[in-house]
Formats: sequence, C-alpha cells, structure tokens
Amino acid sequence: MSHIKSTSLFDARILVPAIGASFAKLDPRTLAGNPVIFVVAVVSVLTTVLFVRDLVTGRGDLGFSFQINVWLWFTVLFANFAEAVAEGRGKAQAESLRRTRTETQAKRLAGPDADLSVYTMVPGNSLQIGDVVLVESGDIIPSDGEVIEGVASVNEAAITGESAPVIRESGGDRSAVTGGTQVLSDWMRVRITAAAGSTFIDRMIALVEGASRQKTPNEIALNILLAGMTLIFVIATATIPSFAAYAGGSIPVIVLVALFVTLIPTTIGALLSAIGIAGMDRLVRFNVLAMSGRAVEAAGDVDTLLLDKTGTITLGNRQATEFRPVRGVTAAELADAAQLASLADETPEGRSIVVLAKEKYGIRARDMAQLHAHFVPFTAQTRMSGVDVDGSSIRKGAVDSILAYVDTVPIAAGSSALKLAVNPEIMREVKAIAEEIGKSGGTPLAVARDGALLGVVHLKDIVKGGIRERFAELRRMGIRTVMITGDNPMTAAAIAAEAGVDDFLAQATPENKLALIREEQAKGKLVAMCGDGTNDAPALAQADVGVAMNTGTVAAREAGNMVDLDSDPTKLIEIVEIGKQLLMTRGALTTFSIANDIAKYFAIIPAMFVAFYPQLGVLNVMGLSTPQSAILSAIIFNALIIIALIPLALKGVRYHAVGAASLLRRNLLIYGLGGILVPFVGIKAIDVIVTALGLA
Amino acid sequence: MTINGWIQIALFCAIILALVKPLGWYMTRVFKGERTFLSPVLRPVEAWLYKLAGTSDREEQHWATYAVAMLLFNLAGFLLLYALQRFQASLPFNPIGMSAVPAPLAFNTTASFVTNTNWQNYGGESTMSYLVQMTGLAVQNFVSAATGIALAIALVRGFARHSVRSVGNFWVDLTRATLYVLLPIAIVFTLFLVWQGVPQTLGNYFEATTLEGARQTMAAGPMASQIAIKMLGTNGGGFLNANAAHPFENPTALTNLFQMVAIFAIGAALTNVFGRMVGDQRQGWAIFSAMGALFLVGVTVCYWAEASGNPLVHALGVDGGNMEGKEVRFGIALSALFAVVTTAASCGAVNAMHDSFTALGGMIPMINMQLGEVIIGGVGAGLYGVLLFVVIAIFIAGLMVGRTPEYLGKKIEAKEVKMALLALLVLPLAMLGFTAISVVMPSSVASIANPGPHGFSEILYAFTSAAANNGSAFGGLTGNTDWYNATLGLAMLMGRFLMILPAMAIAGSLAAKKTVPASAGTFPTHGGLFVGLLVGSILIIGGLTFFPALAVGPIVEHLSMMQGQTFGSGG
Repeated sequence: MSHIKSTSLFDARILVPAIGASFAKLDPRTLAGNPVIFVVAVVSVLTTVLFVRDLVTGRGDLGFSFQINVWLWFTVLFANFAEAVAEGRGKAQAESLRRTRTETQAKRLAGPDADLSVYTMVPGNSLQIGDVVLVESGDIIPSDGEVIEGVASVNEAAITGESAPVIRESGGDRSAVTGGTQVLSDWMRVRITAAAGSTFIDRMIALVEGASRQKTPNEIALNILLAGMTLIFVIATATIPSFAAYAGGSIPVIVLVALFVTLIPTTIGALLSAIGIAGMDRLVRFNVLAMSGRAVEAAGDVDTLLLDKTGTITLGNRQATEFRPVRGVTAAELADAAQLASLADETPEGRSIVVLAKEKYGIRARDMAQLHAHFVPFTAQTRMSGVDVDGSSIRKGAVDSILAYVDTVPIAAGSSALKLAVNPEIMREVKAIAEEIGKSGGTPLAVARDGALLGVVHLKDIVKGGIRERFAELRRMGIRTVMITGDNPMTAAAIAAEAGVDDFLAQATPENKLALIREEQAKGKLVAMCGDGTNDAPALAQADVGVAMNTGTVAAREAGNMVDLDSDPTKLIEIVEIGKQLLMTRGALTTFSIANDIAKYFAIIPAMFVAFYPQLGVLNVMGLSTPQSAILSAIIFNALIIIALIPLALKGVRYHAVGAASLLRRNLLIYGLGGILVPFVGIKAIDVIVTALGLA
Repeated sequence: MTINGWIQIALFCAIILALVKPLGWYMTRVFKGERTFLSPVLRPVEAWLYKLAGTSDREEQHWATYAVAMLLFNLAGFLLLYALQRFQASLPFNPIGMSAVPAPLAFNTTASFVTNTNWQNYGGESTMSYLVQMTGLAVQNFVSAATGIALAIALVRGFARHSVRSVGNFWVDLTRATLYVLLPIAIVFTLFLVWQGVPQTLGNYFEATTLEGARQTMAAGPMASQIAIKMLGTNGGGFLNANAAHPFENPTALTNLFQMVAIFAIGAALTNVFGRMVGDQRQGWAIFSAMGALFLVGVTVCYWAEASGNPLVHALGVDGGNMEGKEVRFGIALSALFAVVTTAASCGAVNAMHDSFTALGGMIPMINMQLGEVIIGGVGAGLYGVLLFVVIAIFIAGLMVGRTPEYLGKKIEAKEVKMALLALLVLPLAMLGFTAISVVMPSSVASIANPGPHGFSEILYAFTSAAANNGSAFGGLTGNTDWYNATLGLAMLMGRFLMILPAMAIAGSLAAKKTVPASAGTFPTHGGLFVGLLVGSILIIGGLTFFPALAVGPIVEHLSMMQGQTFGSGG
C-alpha cells in the first residue's frame, strides 16, 4: 500500500543530519516557538555564564556545575534532535517526490480552442494559472490542471505509488491531473490550475517536510498548558532561596535551575512538535495527504462517518446470485436465455450472470460470432440490453422496462402457439419476485424472450468481507456510520442491515447529503466523508473531514481537506485512527511528563536542603548516594528520557478500538502510574552509574 | 484513635451525605426560578427587590456583564464596610465605645470579609462595635457567600447550556442565594444556637464571678445570628477572638456537630445542583466523591497525627495524644475533624488552635487550603475551584482517549485551559510569593512566636489561609502589623477575584459552545476512573507546587520531633 519505503527509526541517513540540525535549531528564533524548551535554553545560558564566572574566580564546585551545565544543554539539544528526526523522516519522503518535480517542458497552446498543432515550448515552472497546454503520450504533465478535452491513460505512480495507469478524461469525475505524472497514451488538452511552486506535489513536499507546519488548535492549547505549568514551577522554585535563607542556609543557583528544569514538563515540551510532524508523516505513509494538521486532529474527533455504499461498503459491482423463473419455465431455461443475453455484455453484472449460469447449470460460454448473434447494447432510453439470435430476441433489464417492452412487442409471427402471451398473472408474478428481491437488498433483472417473460435474475450487492467487523469496531470507538446510496430506501435498508451500518441515506442527492451533514453538525457532531465528483464538492467542504479521492475532479480536491492518493474510500477509518493516535500520544506523554515530577522532587528536595535540615534525608527514599549525585541523576534522567521516548513520539501510542473508559484506564496505568514509577527506577540506576564512575 | 472518635466522624459524614440530595434538589429549583415552599412568602419580596434594582429575573447577562456586576457590587460592599469601621466611634450601637479601626487593619478586615475569608487580625470583642458586627461583617457574611454561590451557578450554567451568550443574571442569583438559601437556613440555625445557649443580645458586656471567686467581664452581643451565617456561608469570622473554641460561640456537643455540618452543607449540596443542572446527577456525585476521598484521607492523617501525640512529651511520662490547644470538651477526634472540615471548606472557624497541632496534624489543614479549597470548599468557591481542576485534568487525560478533550459535551480548548491555568496560578503566587518575602524581612519575621520550621509554618499558614480565602489562623503570628495587614489583604483579594474572573470567562466560553452528544468514544466522567483521575490531578497539579515549602516547614518539623530535636522559643 505504501509506496514510500518506511524508514527505520534508526536510519543513519536521518540520524546524522539530525545531529547537525539539533545545533542549528539553537537559534533563539527557532527555539521561541517552543515555550518550555526556550525557557530551558534561557536558564542554561544563565548557568553557563555563572559557570564561566566561577571558572575565572575559581569558586564553587566546578566539576559538578560543569556536568549540570552540560546536561542542561543536552536537554535542549535532545529536544531539537527529536524535532529534527521527525522532520528528517519527512524529508526522506520528500526526496522521492522532489525527483518528480524536475524541470519539465510544457507545450503551451494559445487558448482552450486553439489549434493543437501550434504550441510553444515553455519551461513547466513558468506556467500561469489558466494557461492551456497539450500533453501527449510520453509527456510529463507540467503542473496540476483540469482536462478540458481528450482522454488519456496516465501513470500516477509518482504520487500514488500505484503503477497501474489510470484514465483521465474531460468532463465527468476524472478530470483532474497532477503535475509530475506521466501520460502513457493518447493526448489531452489541460487547463493549468496551480501556479509553479503551489502544485499538489509542492504542497505535499512542504507538508511532509514540516516546512508549512502550523500549530493546530489542540497543540496551541497544550502549549498554553505547558507554559502555564512552567510558570507555576517558576514560582515554586523562585521562592526556595528565601525559604532557605530563613533556615540560615543558601542554595546554589545551579541546583535551583536543576530542580526547575526537571520539574517543568520538558519531556512533552521537547517531543510535542515531533509528535505533530510524525502524525502528518503517518498519514502520508498511508498515501493520504492532509491539507492541514487541523484536519488530522479533527479526524480523531469524528463522530459520524458518511460512507458511499458502492466501493466502500459493497464491492463495486452487483453479482447474479439466483435465477427465479416464472411458472412454466425452468430455472435452466431462464439461465440459458440470461446467459445468452449476457455473453456480449462486458459489465460486471453481465459477466456474473455468465459465471452463475455455468456454475449452477453447467451452461458453457458460446461464441457469439458462430451463433451469428447480434448484440443489442444497453442504452439509457431502453434501459435494457440483449441479443438477437436465430430470429428470436432475448432482452434483460430493469423490471419495469422489460414489462413495458413485452407489452409493446408484437407477437412474432411463427412463434410458438404456446406463447405464454402477456399473461397478467405472470406479470404479477414477476412483480412479486422483483419486490421480494428488492426487499432483500438485491436488484431484480427481468429476462424476456420474444415478448414472453421468463423470470428474474437476482443481482445482489456483495458486502465487502470484514466490513461488518470494521463497523462494529467503529461503533466501539463511538463513531456512527451512515451509508450513502442512490438505491431506494427498501434496498438501502437491507444492505445497511447486512453491512451493519448504523444508518443510511437512500436516494441520496448532493443536496440531501449536504443537509445530512449540516443536521449532524447542528447536533454538535463532527462529520467525515469522502467523495470524488464535482457534485460532492459542497458536502466535502461542509464536512469537518472531507477526503477527496485523487481520481476525483479538481473541484472535489479543492473542497476536501484531505486527498487520498489511492482513492480508497475505506481509508476514512484509518484516517480517524491516525487522528486519534496523534491526540493520544500527546496526552500520554503529557501525563507521563507531569507524573515524573514526584520522583524528581524526592531526588532533589532532600539533596537541596540536607545541608541545613539533615532530617530531610529521610525523604531520600531512593537512597541516592550523595546530594550532588542525586541532583545530577535527576537532570540526566530528565534529558535521557527525551531520547528514550523519541520512538514512541514518532510511532505514536497504539490505538485500540475499545471504549473510551477502558482505553483511558489502560493509558493512565501505563503513562500515569508508569510515569510515577519509572523515574524512581531510572534516577536510582543513573545514580548507581554516576557514583560508580565517580562523577559526583 | 478511638472507636468513639471514628463513630463521631462517621456520624458527621452520614449527615452530610444525607443532606446532599434534598438540599441540592431545593437549590436547583431556586436557581432555575421554579416554585419552592418558600415562594409564597419570598416571591413578592424578590419581585419588589428586582423592581427596586431596575432588573428582572427574565433578563440575562453576558459573562462579562455578570462579572462586572459582581465586581461593582463587591466594590460597593468594600467601601461601605471600610467606612463603617473607620467611623464606628461616631455611629450608633456602640455600647462599649469602640474607637475607629486603624486604616491598615480596616483594609485587612474589609478585604477579609468581602472575599469570604474572614481572616481576623482584630479581636472581635475588643475592636468592633455591634453596628459593624451586624451591618458590616454579618452582611458581608451573607453577600460574600451569596456571591460565591452565584458565581458557581453561573459556571454550572456554562456547562449546562449550549450555543448561548448569557450565563444568568448576577442580581437575580445573588438575591435568590440570599433570600431562599442563606437566610432561611440561617434563621433556623440561629434559633437552634440560641436554644443551645449561644448569646443573642444587644445588651452590654456583663460581669461574672468565676469559680475561683474572681470577677470577669464577659463579652456578649448578637452572637447566634452571626455564628449561624459564619458557618453556613463558610465565612468563619468569629464574634469572639477564640472563635468556635469559646463556650459562648460553641457551647455543646450538638452545636459543635451542627456547626461542622453547616460548614459543609451548602458546598456539598452544590455538587448535586451541578449534577441536576447538567442533567446527570452522577456527574455531581463523581465530584462529590473526589472531594470525599480527599477529605477522608485528610481526616485520617490529621486524627492519627493528633492521637499519636508527641514522643517528646511521651518521654516525660505523659501518655496519650496531643491535647495542647484543644478544648477538653471536644477532645482529639472532634478537634481534628473540625480542623479538617474548616480548612477543606473555606470556613476558617476553629474550635482548637491549629498552631498547637502536631507538625503533620497542622500540615493537613495547610494542604487542604493549598489545594485551592476544593474539598467541598467555600460555598460556591469550592465548586468553581474544583471545576477548574476538572478542566485541566480532562484536558490532559482526555487526550488519551484520542479525542479533543471534552467534559459534559463541551470541548475543552485553548481558552478554557488558559483561563483555568491563570486561576490556578494565583494560589502559588500569593501563598508562596508573599511567604518568601515575609520570611526574609526581619520586620515580618519578628511577628512569629516560634523560631525554626514552626515559625516558617506560621507565616506560610497565614498566607495560605488568606489566599485560599479560608481565614483560619495558625496562631502564633502577630498579624496586626502594617506589613501583614497589607499583604494578607492583598493575598485575599487576589485569591478571590483573580480566581473568579477566569472562572467566569470559562463560563461564558462554555455556554457559547455546542454540546457534543456523548458516545462510546467519549470518556465517561461519572465513574471511579474519573474520580481517581480528578483526585490525582488535584494532588499533583495543585499540591506538588507546595512540596518544597512544606518540606522546610511542617515536614522538617515533624522529622525533628521524631529525632527529639526542639526549636526553643526565643532561640
């Protein structure tokens, strides 16, 4: 599914440049975007200045203060490193995209109606919106555009990774072409819809590289929380010197800074932007392109999922499952006629009739040419197709059109006297069968020979395997699924029941689709949908998460806030999971970060006050060897935990489709309780090492 | 600890538990403007008051208008009370002939009563005229409590409503809280107290002959009425300096029990009002349970610490718990219970001297206040305080279910988080900030009675109590100095109004939001998991900030005691 090789977390090609980037990101302008880490950098500068002063004057415990300084800077660098690694992974993906953006030459036409043979060669990046170009077999499409004339097969592997060519044609729902993809056959006249630098691929590159990253609403709220907690701990630590002064002691600035930095939520502060970039990156790996981080977040919040029946819930095509003859006709007879009428019918329905006839009655395919048969194709007017062979004519089609047809067909001369005529009883029987089939969610297809009704073929919508389970899963996630279909309510209800969706919208039109979305939103729900046609555009724009199919029209692509490059509507489900994962990872690491504070207090507070209140040594529950080693261990733990959690930040906390309560219980246990316990163990272990190495 | 002690504690808890629902039901009806059994009498009064004020109970206010009305009302009350104290010498109802209250003390006292703190840097019987006690202090006892209730109701409306701009009408809420809730209960409670022997008179102080035959002037006055509202409105300012430890203020076991009940009653019932107004009583019970869990832990530790006593005293051959500073009438269990109740709720009335508690026993009241008085809390203030913690807890943990955090269908977003944090920032700033300054200035350090960690605790307790709007005093600190009058007054104003404004902003922001219907994907906030989460968040976010200060105060004092070290006075 993913065309972009998933890069290992420990790929040296990403890690090595990330180390350089960690230093480049020390630029205060970059740091200022991250309040917690910025504060750490500011206090690190302060302690470094103090260290230099002490170095000159030769006062203080230089070895200890040097080590604390080093780890303070490491804290900042590790945070930068986390972000750089996340960006690096995006960049690796962008590289492969960028290769497609190499210089192309475009054949610019004078206008939409201009002669195709007169064009000027211009560089692809000089094209303006509204220019019209010709693309022919072998050409790289110079920029995003809309096909205004012609039809061609296009290789879109560059963006989808799918090597099978796709058809692009003017009009209809497959009129959008993407710059950087290659025309394989035929030609098209294309109107350019994106200026150089803002094409689809450009946007994709910018997104995966994190260059155009803006903070999402939830990220902003979280940043406020982190900044607020930092302020609270400023108060908590800034008041300590006077408490100590009251007790007749004093506390070195470096120790206060160490306490402060370990208390403020550096872990989540350091990993926050990496989590965001990684979330976007995960979507791209799924071949989904989100136009903003906001859309990814909204995906996690989705309450209602609108899914098109065809292609999403059912296999695209209906299949014949049963032959239902009328009285006096055998099933085999009906199968034989239906098969004959379908031999030249290349539609999936037609082919399924041939297959069923062979499976059930052993009727083998016949050669149309040998039979001198004449195929009558389906037309919108007659709404039936069939075959004329050996003087007899067989027709199959929608029940009402066949009934209308048998009514008007003159009784052919020479046809059997046994002709069953247009018996009103038989007509009633056909109608009854048709209704029964309709109720069960199938589509009836009537078959008649020489004006006589033979029976009905039951065409069934085949619900995709496993889709029921997916919907059950969604229900456990608290998401309601609504099936959208053009079918009549009866058929829709039957399929909805079989597929296990919560609700359906039958005889859907763009208008009532839009109305449904608005109605859900008025109830405070967030709605996700996918669509491809131009008439889906209003609904896509109205939905909170609108996923446009890449095969869709330009209008649909512009209206949605995500584009699925594989044009696979079931992917909505994965998109929702990715959104949830993003939010969960943030929550988990925030909880972990805050829970860590308990152990850090127990490490540093006794060490800090023990000089003048030796009684507080009792609080040293970890049994850390010396006050200095306790403080050093806490700050080392605080820095290293950032590195240790980078993989989790990038991969995300696994989402399980269980109820919110059990999900929260599980995560609270892991990240809350774990967050309380892990640092006790970690700090103790570091203390043992620090002591063994004689560092403090 | 004794069985009897635990039974008394259990009895208290049972009464509170029994009161939550009926009182919650009644108050919900009151604030929804529905008919109650008092309506025939009070409705005309209410209507007349609205007419007089030029408002109507059908008019609703935007949160900012609501907040401004509240501020103006409190400002007016502030100026009036200040003036009363400054001019009491030339005003009537001053049989003892009290002179004008000095400006710094008047400022401190005014701030104290307007903010529902009732920190008393003055001795009631030696400073305030009856007029000031009745029309100044007692009136503020009512309206500061009513203000708190009104604000809590406004915040609850923020959660309960959706897609509207208004959160209620301050004048209406204030009037109803006073007329329908505080006044009737206070009247009944006053009569009860008078029956139990609490003085209620406008007469002069009188002379009594003690058992030893000595002559003693006994302070009297309209006590019962004031005590009723001081408990009910979680005010806590005693008529007498000894507060509820004085036999006049708290004469019997029954008054002691019901004074404690009165402290918790409205605050506890407001959780039920919250549940009813948001349409799910379980939501209220969840918050009540979180409060209850924290309360029980506090009571247990405090009772245990006091009952264990002081090993240094044991070494002298005196067995038993710590009875120093406690009324023999109440004993250890009821003194510990009263101390936890009065500091959990933002009352501040005391029936024992917290200064004389053991280090750990005295630390519990301090922690109760540092957590932001959210364990039942001040009337109204406790509910909006705990809801601020709910916002933060839900925001952090709610993300872990993979949705934008939501509580009762309201999305918790940047604005709510910002406002909740602003409010929560105030407490450490005022408590720790002023303490930090006071413990290093020689002039302010001179106010403490004991050196060492205990003296530190005295100052920390004072600012903790002030900023939390509690008003109980640790004792041992001479608070009536210009520095403490000013800074404690400031801490009280900060702790009240800087908390209220962000809470109101949250109310407004929530009321305007849509309510998202709950689904299997929404984290249920009425179960044990939520209670545990809330308790954990209150302890970690509210409590951890104070760990260093507690370490160099009560914790080190306790550890010293265990090691036999004392901090001699005057040392």
